[in-house]
Amino acid sequence: MGSRASAGRDRSRILLRLFRVGVALAFGVVALSFWSFQVGQYGRFAAMAENNHQRVLDLRALRGAVVDRDGRVLVENRYSLDVRLIREEVADLDRTLVRLAAATGTDLHALRDAVERNDDVPVHRPLTVIRDATHAQVAAVEARAFDLPSVIIERNPARYYPGRTLASHLFGYVGEVTDNQLHAIDDERVKVGSLIGQSGVEQAYNWLLMGQDGARRVAVNSVGRELATLDELPPAGGQPLQLTIDFDVQKAAEDGLAQAGFDGAAVALDPRSGAVLALASLPAYDPNDFVRGIDGPTWAMLNADARKPLQNRALQGRYAPGSTFKLVVAAAALQEGVATPDFSVNCRGGGRFHGRFFRCHARHGVVAMDEALEKSCNTYFYTLGQRTGIDAIHRWATALGLGRPTGIDLPHEVTGIVPSRAWKRTQRGEPWYPGETISVAIGQGAVSVTPLSLAVMMATVANGGNRVVPHLHKATRTADGWVAAGRPRPEAIGLGPDTAATLRRGLWMAVNGAGTARRARIEGRDVIGKTGTAQVISLAGLAAASASGGTGHLRDHGWFVFAAPRDAPRIAGVVFAEHAGHGYLAAPIAKRMMETYFAKESGRQPAAEADG
Amino acid sequence: MLERRQYTHLDWGLFAAVCTLCLFGLAMIYSTTWNAVAGQVGPQFARQLWALALGLIALMVCLRIDYRVLSNHVALIWCGLVGLLVLTFFVGSEQGGARRWIDLGLVNLQPSEFARMVVALMLATLYAGTQRRRSSVDWLIGVAVAAPLLLLIAIQPDLGTAVALLPVCVAIMVFAGLRLKLLVVLGLIGLLLSPVAWVYALEDYQRTRIASFVDPERDPRGAGYQQIQARITVGSGGLTGKGFLQGTQNRYNFLPVAHSDFVFSVLAEEQGFRGVLIVLALYLFVIMRSLDAARLAKDRTGQLLVVGITAGFAFQVIYNLTMSAGLAPVKGLTLPLMSHGGSSLIATLMGFGLVLNVGMRRFAAS
Repeated sequence: MGSRASAGRDRSRILLRLFRVGVALAFGVVALSFWSFQVGQYGRFAAMAENNHQRVLDLRALRGAVVDRDGRVLVENRYSLDVRLIREEVADLDRTLVRLAAATGTDLHALRDAVERNDDVPVHRPLTVIRDATHAQVAAVEARAFDLPSVIIERNPARYYPGRTLASHLFGYVGEVTDNQLHAIDDERVKVGSLIGQSGVEQAYNWLLMGQDGARRVAVNSVGRELATLDELPPAGGQPLQLTIDFDVQKAAEDGLAQAGFDGAAVALDPRSGAVLALASLPAYDPNDFVRGIDGPTWAMLNADARKPLQNRALQGRYAPGSTFKLVVAAAALQEGVATPDFSVNCRGGGRFHGRFFRCHARHGVVAMDEALEKSCNTYFYTLGQRTGIDAIHRWATALGLGRPTGIDLPHEVTGIVPSRAWKRTQRGEPWYPGETISVAIGQGAVSVTPLSLAVMMATVANGGNRVVPHLHKATRTADGWVAAGRPRPEAIGLGPDTAATLRRGLWMAVNGAGTARRARIEGRDVIGKTGTAQVISLAGLAAASASGGTGHLRDHGWFVFAAPRDAPRIAGVVFAEHAGHGYLAAPIAKRMMETYFAKESGRQPAAEADG
Repeated sequence: MLERRQYTHLDWGLFAAVCTLCLFGLAMIYSTTWNAVAGQVGPQFARQLWALALGLIALMVCLRIDYRVLSNHVALIWCGLVGLLVLTFFVGSEQGGARRWIDLGLVNLQPSEFARMVVALMLATLYAGTQRRRSSVDWLIGVAVAAPLLLLIAIQPDLGTAVALLPVCVAIMVFAGLRLKLLVVLGLIGLLLSPVAWVYALEDYQRTRIASFVDPERDPRGAGYQQIQARITVGSGGLTGKGFLQGTQNRYNFLPVAHSDFVFSVLAEEQGFRGVLIVLALYLFVIMRSLDAARLAKDRTGQLLVVGITAGFAFQVIYNLTMSAGLAPVKGLTLPLMSHGGSSLIATLMGFGLVLNVGMRRFAAS
């Protein structure tokens, strides 16, 4: 009994010791585990804890505003509410999108599209799925915050174009940077998701207009609710830009074209400097549509539209210059000594050149150079062209600014064509036929120009032979106030004073005499100008087309180049009226632009913004 | 009855350590339920404070009554608890799909928390007799006494609390003479049966919990979430911690039920490894001093009682600490003395009342 009891006590003692050892070992293991996590792997877990509760939100910088030469605001900013999604926190992405679509009444496909498009953006970065949401949509998202824990609303600056379609091609638009641009643009401010200028001034001066985005680090809880701001790097706004554009002249140009019912382009320059006063292209688009991130159908519609609303006709359209090219031929003939201002031709309604009869639109009788310009006599210029030769015409056309880039500070300018023997040999592999010169002499055939380059030609003729470089950038606002931008210098092309005087006399007569451009006449302003009608299709072709239906799209283009006043021109430019039929129909639009300009110059309000 | 001189034998060190852990627990409940936005602490803090007061009174009561008196009435106590558990099944308030609580108006009583103590008392009484070699009949009687409680708790369902009864039973039976060999055999049989249990006995949510423990990254938003977050919480505390109320994992609610299951994770986050070591040392001290009471116990009943209670306590502490570091499946087993939970705190303090009781009466006359 006693030994059994003592054996039991021994057993208990051993078991108790085992118990203690077991517990001590377990505590040792636990302590080691905590040491391993808290000391050994501290860095890793500390970083994970930080990622857990911290979010970095972009603070979009305001883009610089754009004002016209008088300080009138052309492009500014407003605030848009964007719905953004943090995919990292979403357990079931598609279900969240379905809920979001239902809550906001948006198209589910558009939401899926927005997510798929940004597949390569890191998942912790918020993705904008609805840009510029309505207040109803924002309220709906906020009311369902519990169901949509990873959906956030952000207030971001958005570009605003108060004039809507006004000068849309000139301003361009902004959009999210594309992958290709990301690689091509060497600007550290441009990151994934950045909004950058995609065309027009927005693109050309993106480096000035774009600000430096800031960032805000916030603490969020486990359902993503923001609880506190930890620190903040404020955004720095872009620089405001002043353009040489005159809002009223721009509006006069666009209203003029629109009220006449023409698509086309109009450009007005200051012939002394090359400053662009107006640069219009119709039809236009509304760049505000792009702010929301343009939707697929609208984009497709803009692209597919036969009237090409996205094309800036002023610098991207190439058209035959028609009779406006006669100025170039006259200048070349005078400069090359082929003819004097007194050189006369007897027009009998056309003439035979190189074995073929070329028509004139009237029988002008004997005309000298000024009268030939006034009446736009084809026979005279056939003769002059034949004498001058294609290479001399090419040389002077190029000197006057045609067939070469104008150098305007806008992207995507195209270059017209002014043919020469060398051009035809390299481009077509054929010799130049003398008969082709006859067509070119009246601005038909292989010659094509952009409206902007024709405006440069007119400004150069008007100012007596200094080829201007059209430019839009007038000044930039810095901390020290407005700082004038550097101006490109006009280049003297060696036009003799007699040549310039003869041309201006002819152009004055065209507007103020018995010429084709009387509709541009302004009392006391000595407007000079020249109409042009550019054949889109040969007469035979037109007849065939009219037999088979509509010919609106085949009707001739109307041109009018202008400057005023004759002896000290302060405005020069071009109006291009697509399929207008006749150049004289473009003249009233130019008149409206000049009247607006002169009214402002003399301190009066421009004519009421007429809508009739 | 209690004699004045017995107080000189009271283990004041153990009592102080237990009270210190309770105060640490209160501090962590304050931190885990603190609402920075509202600038106030959650209602759990006040409830825990009340429970602590009640628990200390209960401890005193358990200290005053000689454990041998309790032992004599153990059948009555056992019947009372079974009655309460059955009652819970019918009138218990349902929370999260389980009926564990009886709503008493002011407080919710969780009878299962008292099961460990009752089982310990029951088995200690049962095996207190002579030291003759025990037959399997003795062990079957022990199982028959413990099994109803275990089953009643398991079907609530509260598998964690039910499983926590096992170490109590095993420890007492081993001390009462159960051969370790037999225990190993039983353990192996259990292991072989576990696939069957996996399919038939476990609920879906239990299966996902265990699966996610094996591979938490498999479903980081779902069942594995708590494990990952527990590790982040602990690991980001570092050596010195982020400071009281400063734990980001705690403040921004990345750890669910931080005030109950994961109170130690938050302690690790806010007080760092230093704080972890202090609390670990306190728990180790409490267990070791309790085992001293077992060693010095005047009789067999007292020794077995203390062993059972301490085994249950140690098991739950170690399991919760492991879980707090994200190293064990989430089981709903709280950290005794520190986690929020009134019934648990009161039952645990009553248990220590019994331990102190046994230790104090080591020289008392029979």
